[in-house]
Amino acid sequence: MTDVKTTVTISVNGRSLEAAPGELLIEAAERAGTYVPRFCYHPRMEPVGYCRMCLVEVDGPRGATLQPACYIKVSEGMSVVTDSEKVKKAQDGVLEFLLANHPLDCPVCDKGGECPLQDQTLTHGSGETRFIEEKRHFVKPIEIGELVLLDRERCIQCARCTRFSAEVSGDTEIAFAGRGDLIEVAPSPTVPFDSTFSGNTVQICPVGALTAKPYRFSARPWDLEQVESTCTTCAVGCRVAVQSSGNRLTRVLGVDSEPVNHGWLCDKGRFALDSIDGHQDDVDVLSAATRIREPLIREAGVLVPATWGDALARAATILQDAASAPGGVGAIGGAALTNEGAFAWERFVRGVLASDHMDAQYGDGLDGALLQALPKATIDEAANARVVVTLTGDLREELPVLFLRLRENFVKRNNALIQFAFGQNALAPLATVSMPVRPGEAHLVAEALATSDGAAPQGSQITEAELATARSLIGASGAGVVIVVGRPNVAEDAGVLERAIRILAESLPDATFLPALRRANVMGALDMGLGPKLRPGRAYAAGEESRDTLTQLAALRAGEQKAVLLLGDLLGNVLDAEGATAALEAAQVVVVTGHGGATLAYADVVLPAAVQHERLGTVTNIEGRVTAVTAKIVAPGSAWPDVAIAAELAEQCGQSLGLTSVEEAAKVLEATTGYPALSVLNDVTDEGAVVGRGGERTERRALDPMAFPGIKSTNTVGLAELSGAVLEPSVVASPAPAPAALAVVAAGRSVDVPHYDAYAVSLLVSRRLYDHGVAVQGSPALANLVATTTAYLNHFDLDRLGLVTGDHVNVMGATSTHTLPVVLNDQTPRGVLEVTFGALDDDGGTATTRALVDPGSVITQVRLATS
Amino acid sequence: MAVIDSPRIVTARAGYEDSFTLARYLATGGYDGLRKALTMFPEDVAKQVDDASLLGRGGAGFPAGRKWSMLRKAPISYLVVNGDESEPATFKDHFLVERDPHQLIEGIIISAYALQVSQAFLYLRGEFALGLERVQQALNDAYELGALGSKIFGSDFSLDLVVHPGAGAYICGEETALIEGLEGKRGFPRIKPPFFPAVSGLYGEPTVVNNVETMANVPWIVLNGGAAFAALGGGRSTGTRMFALAGRVKNPGIYEIEMVKNTFRDLIFDPAFGGGIINDRAIKAFIPGGVSAPWFGPDLLDLPMGQDEVAEKGSMLGSGSVVVFDETSCVVRAAWRITKFFSRESCGQCTPCREGSGWIERAMYRLEHGGGRMEDLELLLDLCDNIAPGLSWPPQQTTICVLGSSIPSSVHSAISMFRDEFALHVTNQGCPFD
Amino acid sequence: MSHLRIDIRQRAEELVSLYPRPRSAMLPLLHLVQEQDGYLSEEGIAEVAELTQTTPADVRGTASFYDMYFLEPVGKYVVSVCTNIACLLAGGLELLEHAGTTLGCAVGATSDDGLFTLEESECLADCDIAPCVQVNHRYVRTTTPESFDTLVGELREGKRDHEIPSHGTLIRVRRSGGLRAPKSEIASERAGAKAAREQRAAETA
Repeated sequence: MTDVKTTVTISVNGRSLEAAPGELLIEAAERAGTYVPRFCYHPRMEPVGYCRMCLVEVDGPRGATLQPACYIKVSEGMSVVTDSEKVKKAQDGVLEFLLANHPLDCPVCDKGGECPLQDQTLTHGSGETRFIEEKRHFVKPIEIGELVLLDRERCIQCARCTRFSAEVSGDTEIAFAGRGDLIEVAPSPTVPFDSTFSGNTVQICPVGALTAKPYRFSARPWDLEQVESTCTTCAVGCRVAVQSSGNRLTRVLGVDSEPVNHGWLCDKGRFALDSIDGHQDDVDVLSAATRIREPLIREAGVLVPATWGDALARAATILQDAASAPGGVGAIGGAALTNEGAFAWERFVRGVLASDHMDAQYGDGLDGALLQALPKATIDEAANARVVVTLTGDLREELPVLFLRLRENFVKRNNALIQFAFGQNALAPLATVSMPVRPGEAHLVAEALATSDGAAPQGSQITEAELATARSLIGASGAGVVIVVGRPNVAEDAGVLERAIRILAESLPDATFLPALRRANVMGALDMGLGPKLRPGRAYAAGEESRDTLTQLAALRAGEQKAVLLLGDLLGNVLDAEGATAALEAAQVVVVTGHGGATLAYADVVLPAAVQHERLGTVTNIEGRVTAVTAKIVAPGSAWPDVAIAAELAEQCGQSLGLTSVEEAAKVLEATTGYPALSVLNDVTDEGAVVGRGGERTERRALDPMAFPGIKSTNTVGLAELSGAVLEPSVVASPAPAPAALAVVAAGRSVDVPHYDAYAVSLLVSRRLYDHGVAVQGSPALANLVATTTAYLNHFDLDRLGLVTGDHVNVMGATSTHTLPVVLNDQTPRGVLEVTFGALDDDGGTATTRALVDPGSVITQVRLATS
Repeated sequence: MAVIDSPRIVTARAGYEDSFTLARYLATGGYDGLRKALTMFPEDVAKQVDDASLLGRGGAGFPAGRKWSMLRKAPISYLVVNGDESEPATFKDHFLVERDPHQLIEGIIISAYALQVSQAFLYLRGEFALGLERVQQALNDAYELGALGSKIFGSDFSLDLVVHPGAGAYICGEETALIEGLEGKRGFPRIKPPFFPAVSGLYGEPTVVNNVETMANVPWIVLNGGAAFAALGGGRSTGTRMFALAGRVKNPGIYEIEMVKNTFRDLIFDPAFGGGIINDRAIKAFIPGGVSAPWFGPDLLDLPMGQDEVAEKGSMLGSGSVVVFDETSCVVRAAWRITKFFSRESCGQCTPCREGSGWIERAMYRLEHGGGRMEDLELLLDLCDNIAPGLSWPPQQTTICVLGSSIPSSVHSAISMFRDEFALHVTNQGCPFD
Repeated sequence: MSHLRIDIRQRAEELVSLYPRPRSAMLPLLHLVQEQDGYLSEEGIAEVAELTQTTPADVRGTASFYDMYFLEPVGKYVVSVCTNIACLLAGGLELLEHAGTTLGCAVGATSDDGLFTLEESECLADCDIAPCVQVNHRYVRTTTPESFDTLVGELREGKRDHEIPSHGTLIRVRRSGGLRAPKSEIASERAGAKAAREQRAAETA
C-alpha cells in the first residue's frame, strides 16, 4: 500500500524542501528561509509578476530560465536557484531600471527608512546608476482623494494599489491610465478616490508614491515607538500597530491577523488619531473634538475644574442618594470601555449601588441576551460559508473590514449571499438573492423564508422565485449557513429584527450567527453584563425586568429615576435627542468620558477617562474574540483608566470593588467567570481567544517587511513583558456560567404587521461610517467626508413625485416638516425614504434626521410633497 | 537563380477592382470551400489543414494544425482571428481585409467548423476604417447568403461571427493582449504558462488565435487538399506566403511567393518583384521579418525565404515584412526610431521593457542627434542584456512577453554590424547623413 | 438619463448583446461615444461604465491605453503622419514637419481654427505608399508636400466629407442585426457533433 504524498518536493539552491501542492514558489522559499526580493507581490492579493524583481532560475526542458517566483506554483521535482550570477544580474538590472526615473526624493519622502525600494537597493542593487538622461517629470503631488496624495514620479507601477482597489475593496476607484512608461495611477475626475479603504493603498505602496495627508511629514520611522493593539473604532476588532512619537499618536497601521482583518483597516480606524490626541487649546467642553483632561463639577450652573477628590466625593453623594430609593439610579453607556473597565463599572452599579439598571446600548442595537443565546460563527466561518444571509445595514459603512472579508467569499469562492435588503448597501451587486425589505416587515420575510410555502408580505416586491431560491440555498436545517444580524434601521423598533432572528434561529437549528453591532466594544460590554438580564462572563440572570436605556430615560423624565451614570456620551448616540435632553434636565448626571459633547451641558460631575490607545486591557469583537489592547500614550491631563475611576468611586461610597488595577480586574474576571481576560493579557499569542471556543490558536505568519512596510515587528507585547513581572497563571475557580439557551431567553415582544399608509413612505434611518461622532468630528482629515442630510428614494417613488436627483422634497414627519435634497437610489426599497443617522444639516447639526422619527411607534411613516 | 513563379492562393482576386464584393467573390469560386467543408467531418477538415503544414502567418510561425490539435481533448469555446496588424512595415493583412474580406470570412467559418467553436471573433485594427466597413458589409452579405447564422447552408452547423475594432495599440497584436482587448481591458499580455490561449484564453476558456493570412489560406486548402498546399514550398515552410517589401526599393509592395523556392535577392532585386534599390544604390542591410527581427547583411541575400532557413542564421521570417536599407540610410537613426516605437508601444506591465525601452531610446537619441559617447555602446548592449539575457537568438527574456525581447534586435544588430557608423556619430556629435 | 442619443444608445445596447460578457463591448462602445461627441466626454465615459458594468476610473484607464481615443476635444480632422521605419526611409519626418507648417499646429496639438489635429503616428500598414498619411483613419496617400497641401485645401472646403467623416465616426456600415444563432441551438449542435465524432473514433479504433 503506497503512501499518498501530500507535499511537493522541490530543490532550492541545492537544498531539498517540502512545499504544499499549488503553493507559490516565492512563499515556499520564504518559509524555508530563502527570501526572494519582490515589489509587486503581496500575500493578500493575486500575483501579477509585473516588477520582475523575484526572477529566479528554474530548470526546464530547455535549460534554466528566469521565471517570476511570485507567479509560479511549485511542482514535483522543481529545481530552483535564487543566488546565481544570472539571477543577481537580473535583480541588479531591475533595480537599475526602477531607479532610472525614480526621483531622488528620499530626504523629503515619507517612506524613507521603511522603504522596500531603499532596502532592496541596498541588498541587491549597485551603488551607482549609469542613467544620465533627464528623468520623467510630473506635477506632484496631486490629490487623488480626500486623504491620499499621489506622486507620479515615485510610482514604480507595481499596481498594488490598483489591484487592491479592484480586487479587495472592489470599488475600482483608481486604475492604471496610459501606457508604457507614462502609466499613472488615476481616479476618474468625477469620482475621487474617497473609498473607505483608501488608506490601505498608502500602507502597501512599496515606495512613497502614495502618501496619507494626515501623516505626511509628521515623523520618521526611526522616531516611532510601536505596540500592537486592537482598534476599537468599531466592533470588528482589527489588529493594529499603534505608533507614537513623543507621547503623541502618529500613525496606525493594519497588522495581518489571519482570523480578523488580513492587514486591512478602514480609513476611520486608521485616521481618527487626531480625535484622541485632541488639541492643546481645547476649552469648549461641549465640543466632541475636545478631550476632557481634568474632573469638572457644576458650581452655580457652570462646570468648573475640580480635584479628583472633590469630584469623586460629589459623584458618590449624587449616586448614593439616588440609589437609596429603589430604581433611583442606573447607568447608560459603556460600549467604548475595555472589558476590565466594563467589569469594574458593573461591580460598582450592581454591587455598590445595588441597582440592576445598566445598558451599554442606546436603543439602537439588539437584545444582548438574545445575541448571547444564539449559536455563533467566527468571521472566518462567515467568510467561507457556503451561504451567508444578512439582516444588516450597509456593512461597508458599519463594519468595513467585515465587508471586505465577506466580499471575498462571494467574489473569490462564489458562495451565495442572501440579503434582506433594507436600503443602500455595497454588497447588493454580489447578492445571489436580494430581497427588498421594508421597515416593519423583516420578521414576516423571515417567516416566509422559514416556511416551505411562505408568501412574501403583502405589497412586498419580493418574488416567489426569489423566496424559493433562497429557501433551496439555505436548505432544511441551515447547515453551512451563517446569518449576520445587525440593526439596519434605528427608526424601526428593535423587536422587528429580534423577532426575525428568533424565527430564523428556531427554524434553522444548524445555522450559526454573527452579530453585526457596530460600537467599539459593545460585545465586550454585553459580556460584562452591561444590559438587561446580563451578568459578567456572558451569564444570564432571569428575573425582574431591568431598565434598558430608553426605559431609563423615560423613568428619568418621569422622576422615577433620579440620577444616571453616563459611561460615555449620550446625546450624540441616542436617536431621540430631545427626549434624552429632557431626561437629563430632570436628573442628576454623572458623566465618565474622555471627550466633550453636548451631553456635558447637563452634567453635574464630569470624570475624565482614558480612551482608545491610552489604556491596557482586553476587548471583545463581534465574533467573541478577546484580544489585548495596549496603551501607547499616556492619557492627557489627569484622565484615569475606567478601572481606577470605578474603584476610587467605590471607595468614596465606602466599599471596595475587590480590584484596583487592570491586571487585577482581568484576573478576578477570569477567576470568577472563566472569561479569558488574563490569559489573553498574559499570552504573547496575537490572535486572542474566542469565547466558548477555547484552545483554538492561530499561528501568525512571519512578517514580510516588503509587504507590510512600516510595521517593526508582530510580536505582541504581552502583559508579562509590559509590567516586567511574572504573573501567576490563570485559574478558573468554578465552571464558567453559560449564556441561556434560546428557549430560556425571554420570547420578546410580539410585533404586529404594520399598516402601510398608502399616502406615506416608511422611514429607514441607516448609518454611515463618517458621521457626527467623536472620531470624525475630532479628526480634521475626516471631517470633509461626512455626508449632508439627504433623502434617498427609489426611482418608483421619485417618478410618482416627478422628482430627479438634485431636486428637493418636503418630508412631513410626526411633528415637523423638513426640506431635503433627493438622490435616486434603487437599493432603497419602494415605499421607503432613507436618511442616514449622523449626516449633517446645513447648520452642521443633526437635528433633521432625528426630528423625522416618531420614537413611540414601531415604524415611522412620513408623507412627502413637492414644493 | 531565376525567380520561380508562384501560384496565387490568397491574392487571386488582386486584379479585380471589385475584389471585395460578394458578386465577384461568388463569381470566382467564393464559398465553395465552405460548402465542401460542410460535407466533410470536422476532424477531416482539420486534418487537411494539418496535412498542409500551414505555419501561422502572424509572426510566431507556429503550425496551425498543431495549434488546433492541442485542443482536441477539451472542447474549444472560441476562435479569435488576429487582424491587428501593427508590426512596422507589415501591410499584408491590410490587403486581405480591404481587398478580399469574403475570403477571410470564409476561412474563418471553415476553421470554426473544424474546431467546433461556439462563437468566432475577428479583431481588426481600429485604424483600418475602410477595412472595417468592407468586412462589416461582407459579414452582412454572408449572413444574407446563409453562410453565417443559423444552420449554415442548410447544414447542422450554426455560427455567429463578430467583428471587433481595436483602438490603436501594437501590443494587442500579441495573442494574449488581443484577448485582453477583446475582453474590454487594457492590452496587457498574460504570463505564459499558464495562460496559453489553448488552455485559458478568452474568458479563461480554451481559445484558438489565428492570424488573418492563416485564415485566408483555408478555403483553398479545403478545395484543393492539404497535400497540394504542402507540395508547394520546401521543408517545413509549405505553401505560398505574402511578403511585404518596403524601404529603399523601386517597387515596394505585397508579393505572394512560394516559400523557400525564392531567395531574398529575388525578392529585392528581381524586376518582377522589388526591382532593385532606388537609383541603383548599394544595399546596406535588410530586416528579414519585421522590426522585431535581427538584421541581415548583403552576405545573406542568397538565403532562401523559409522559416527554418532564416532561423538558422539567427533571425526570423516573423510577419513576412522585409525592409531594405541602402547606403543612404542611417542605421543609427533607423535603430533609434525602431526603439522609440517599442518604447511608445510598451504596455508598461513589466519593469525591464517599460523602463529599459525608454532608457535605450534616450541613449540612442543622443547618439543620433548629439550627445552620444563611445561608452554608450557597451551601456546599450548591457541594457539589452538585462531585457534579453545572453542576447541570443531565439532570445531569452526577463519580460512577460516577446515585445521586450524584441527591443534588443535592432540595437544589437546595428551596433554589431555598423560599429564604425556609431563611432562616426560620436565624433561628429550628431548624424553625418544628409 | 442617457447621455447617448437615442439611436446611438440603441446601437450601444446592440453591441453589448454581441458578446458573452458586457465588458467586451468596451472598445466599440468607446468608438461610439467618440462618434457622438468627437472625443470621450465624462458623461460618455460614465455611460460606458454603466453599460459595461464597471467604474468610470476603469473605463478611463482602459481608454487611455489606446491611441485612437481622445480624452479631450480634437479637431474635425485628425491627421496622422507615420514616421516609423519604412516611412522614415521615405521622408516621413520631413513630411511631418511640412504638415505642421501647412496645418498651422505643432505635432500633438490642434490648429487654432479647430479644424486639424496633427499626430505623429506609428506604422499605418500601407508601407508601399510611404510616407503614409491618414485623415480620420482613412488613407489619403499624399506622399509629397504638394499632394498633402492639395488635400488640406480640399478638406478646408469640405470637398472630401463624403469619404472622410468627422473625427470619431469610424465604421459607417452597421451590422445587420445581432447574433442570429441562439446559444441553446449552438450548444446542442456541438454536443451532437462531439458525440458523433467520439462514435467515429471508437469505430475506427
